[in-house]
Amino acid sequence: MSKLHVSTTVNGDPVEYLCDPRETLLDCLRDKLNLTGAKEGCGTGDCGACSVTVDGRLVCSCLMLGVEAEGKEIETVEGIADGDVLHPLQKKMIEYAALQCGICTPGILVAAKSLLEKNPNPTEEETRYWLAGNLCRCTGYDKIIRAVMDTAAEMREAS
Amino acid sequence: MALDDRKSEFTFVGTRPDRPDGLDKVTGRAKFGADMSAPGMLHGAILRSPHAHARIVKIDASKAEAHKDVKAVVTRADFADVPFKPGLEGEFWNVLENVMAGEKALYDGHAVAAVAATSALAARDALKLIEVEYEVLPHVTDVDKAMAPDAPVIREGAADYSVPEGMHPNVVRYHESGHGDVEAGFAEADLVIEDSFVTEATHQGYIEPHACLGALGGDGKGELWCCTQGHWIVQKTCAALLGIETSQLRVTASEIGGGFGGKTTVFIEPVALALSRKANRPVKIVMSRSEVFRATGPTSSASMDIKIGMKKDGTITAAEGIFRLQGGAFPGAPGDMTAMCAFAPYNLTNVRQVGYDVMANRPKQAAYRAPGAPMGAFAVESVLDELCNQLGLDPVDVRLKNAAHEGTKASYGPTYERIGLVETLEAAKAHPHYSAPLKPGQGRGISCGFWFNHGGETSVSLALSEDGSAQVMVGTPDIGGSRASMALMAAEVLGIPYENIRVTVADTASLGYNDVSHGSRVTYASGLATIKAARHAVEKLCERAAAKWGIPVDAVKWEDGCAVPSGPNAGDFDPIPLADITADMGRTGGPISGHFEATPEGAGVSFGTHIVDAEVDPETGKTSITRYTVIQDAGKAIHPTYVEGQYQGGAAQGIGWALNEEYIYGDDGRLQNSIFLDYRIPVASDLPMIDTVIVEVPNPGHPFGVRGVGETGIVPPLAAIANAVSNAAGVRMRQLPMSPPRILAALKDNG
Ligand code: FES
Ligand code: FES
Repeated sequence: MSKLHVSTTVNGDPVEYLCDPRETLLDCLRDKLNLTGAKEGCGTGDCGACSVTVDGRLVCSCLMLGVEAEGKEIETVEGIADGDVLHPLQKKMIEYAALQCGICTPGILVAAKSLLEKNPNPTEEETRYWLAGNLCRCTGYDKIIRAVMDTAAEMREAS
Repeated sequence: MALDDRKSEFTFVGTRPDRPDGLDKVTGRAKFGADMSAPGMLHGAILRSPHAHARIVKIDASKAEAHKDVKAVVTRADFADVPFKPGLEGEFWNVLENVMAGEKALYDGHAVAAVAATSALAARDALKLIEVEYEVLPHVTDVDKAMAPDAPVIREGAADYSVPEGMHPNVVRYHESGHGDVEAGFAEADLVIEDSFVTEATHQGYIEPHACLGALGGDGKGELWCCTQGHWIVQKTCAALLGIETSQLRVTASEIGGGFGGKTTVFIEPVALALSRKANRPVKIVMSRSEVFRATGPTSSASMDIKIGMKKDGTITAAEGIFRLQGGAFPGAPGDMTAMCAFAPYNLTNVRQVGYDVMANRPKQAAYRAPGAPMGAFAVESVLDELCNQLGLDPVDVRLKNAAHEGTKASYGPTYERIGLVETLEAAKAHPHYSAPLKPGQGRGISCGFWFNHGGETSVSLALSEDGSAQVMVGTPDIGGSRASMALMAAEVLGIPYENIRVTVADTASLGYNDVSHGSRVTYASGLATIKAARHAVEKLCERAAAKWGIPVDAVKWEDGCAVPSGPNAGDFDPIPLADITADMGRTGGPISGHFEATPEGAGVSFGTHIVDAEVDPETGKTSITRYTVIQDAGKAIHPTYVEGQYQGGAAQGIGWALNEEYIYGDDGRLQNSIFLDYRIPVASDLPMIDTVIVEVPNPGHPFGVRGVGETGIVPPLAAIANAVSNAAGVRMRQLPMSPPRILAALKDNG
């Protein structure tokens, strides 16, 4: 099958790639742009390890085709920190030991950032339901939920 | 030089610094198994059997081989001729047979051929060009049915010497142990309860699928990158399966996205190397989630009979258990472990346990966190709960009354050294959770749990740099923050800041053999080796100071990162800080390093007690966990936050196992739920916060008192939750998972 040319923006950088129409956005990010931060945990939209935002909307990049990224603004885990300044969520995840193996962490960070942009003051229940699409097998979620809620509190105070 | 072997006052140990790999992991920079690529790399894909049991009559790969995108096809013929031996003795053969089927496909998902092609899509497409002719055979997936006289035989001759005469060939190992006279014990009891329990197979469920990148040349030299819990076992096994020398294969462990025991063996690694050898190019293989479920190690399913006798005052007079574990189409189901762990928390006069290792047409089981122990605890602790209910006794008091302690002869043989079970039970009793009121519809359950813990072959090197910083090379992949613990222990000995120490997981060419990150051994064994390697370096630092001062080396001691005279008679010299000694080391005798290698034997067994509140909806049968408390003995918590994390993670996996997770096979022997949508592990909205209490009863076998903490946390949850649900629903739950339909059925049976 012949490949299609795609122009898109990832973490603010204009990028181009050629992809097979069957390849997912996740495949393109990882294999063509070498942005391996987003992970494939399932390929079926069930684990959230591949979470990115597309035009500000949280999506599973394994469920979107690479060709559909044409003209869009994609944000991945690699774009969360501002240069060498970590986002407060990144700092809190480390401080709370909210990761053990860390394979779910990129997806959780992208999803949690998107939560806090929509809802700066989430309850524990709202946080748990928002992150229900991001599987973590290591932590039991306790420290993740605490890290996200504490970040929210800190960001509210700072603003 | 005076160095106390035992330590109880700490500067760094017990603090909670940021983990050294934190930045990489929150920025997406950390490289996991699938994140590596190589110039000229091909992509591999594996063709898998759609049948549960079938003779492979013919494999015709000619169409695939002729395709322009395909660079190699391999089948069993491309691997070494490893000899078949019965039981676990022939583990290389078993692994090879699992990695690539020989004469028969033994389960749905069993690998039968593999291709390497120029892209992942091309590889997947090429699989469709391989034609396999199967002769389908009768299959069996259930453990009790696999032991029945008319069950299809998975493999003749697989049983080892331990199996009594007359058993079905699918029974491949047998274990029996205990002491005292159980019949006499039952006769003394005021109440004897006998009951049967069933648990289904569950998967470790690590979020990172298996992934590797291998290159093997015609000269027999190879390089392999993979996500694994232990790269030396990968090196050794791949070398055996490919017929090359072990040392010629260098294996590098990637960051690992969870393992829980499931990444302690090989699946795709030898296949990638075989493809690479044939294609003369590096080959990458990444499993899909469905391949992970169908073809990598789930845990065993189990069928168990328990009989326990108790006096009115709560004294256990005798206990007996029969544990049948199904471990897939290969020997290895931990029926022996289940049997040995089941009654281990208790001080019993009369106890007998029997374990069976049974084969069935399912994937080869792999270790899963305290392998075998959770199911046995579920059965035993359920019967204990029922005895307490019927005799009107408090379940914590009864466990305290019978609890094992230092000097108790364990149910599985040895006599315990200092252990912390009583302390966890006392902490449970004192915990506000235990006395908090329950709402209508809620029930509370408690359970104890035991795990052996493991030492294992361990080798660690530590090198000091001129500027006084230190690098530590360990051989145990870091699954949950262990590099932080190693750095804390090295800092404690060297007396330099935690931040000045960099811990690296070395590749197989850089250290001697290291056993896998399993058996809760990393903080214990690699920790012990790190401490001893650091002490080795400290000895040399003291020697340099002694030489400088012109005094004997035993007149120098190490204190707060400095060499100091050991007492007033040693002389009056100013302390020399570590960095001052290393700054000169090139001129005073050369580089200063420390090394330690051994197979430490003092892992120290571990116990925990869990308290759970569950609420059962009688309309839907759905269970919610409303409160959860884990209490466990850590010996000494090196980094307490990561210890809590282990407790919480074990509890969460136990909740999934108890309530929801199971391998579901159709009548055709095919796995029905091979994606996360259908095999649903707990998500954030399913769980409450999980409280933890770290009990510290130092392990005499570790210089700082560490006991492993990784595994014990999954032992009590199945039973504790089953007891909570049974108490909430008013009916004893004997089968896991306690999914809504099973709870509704139990409620209905109960009227
Ligand atoms: S990989 Fe996309 S949701 Fe799992
Ligand atoms: S930290 Fe391992 S899956 Fe979340």
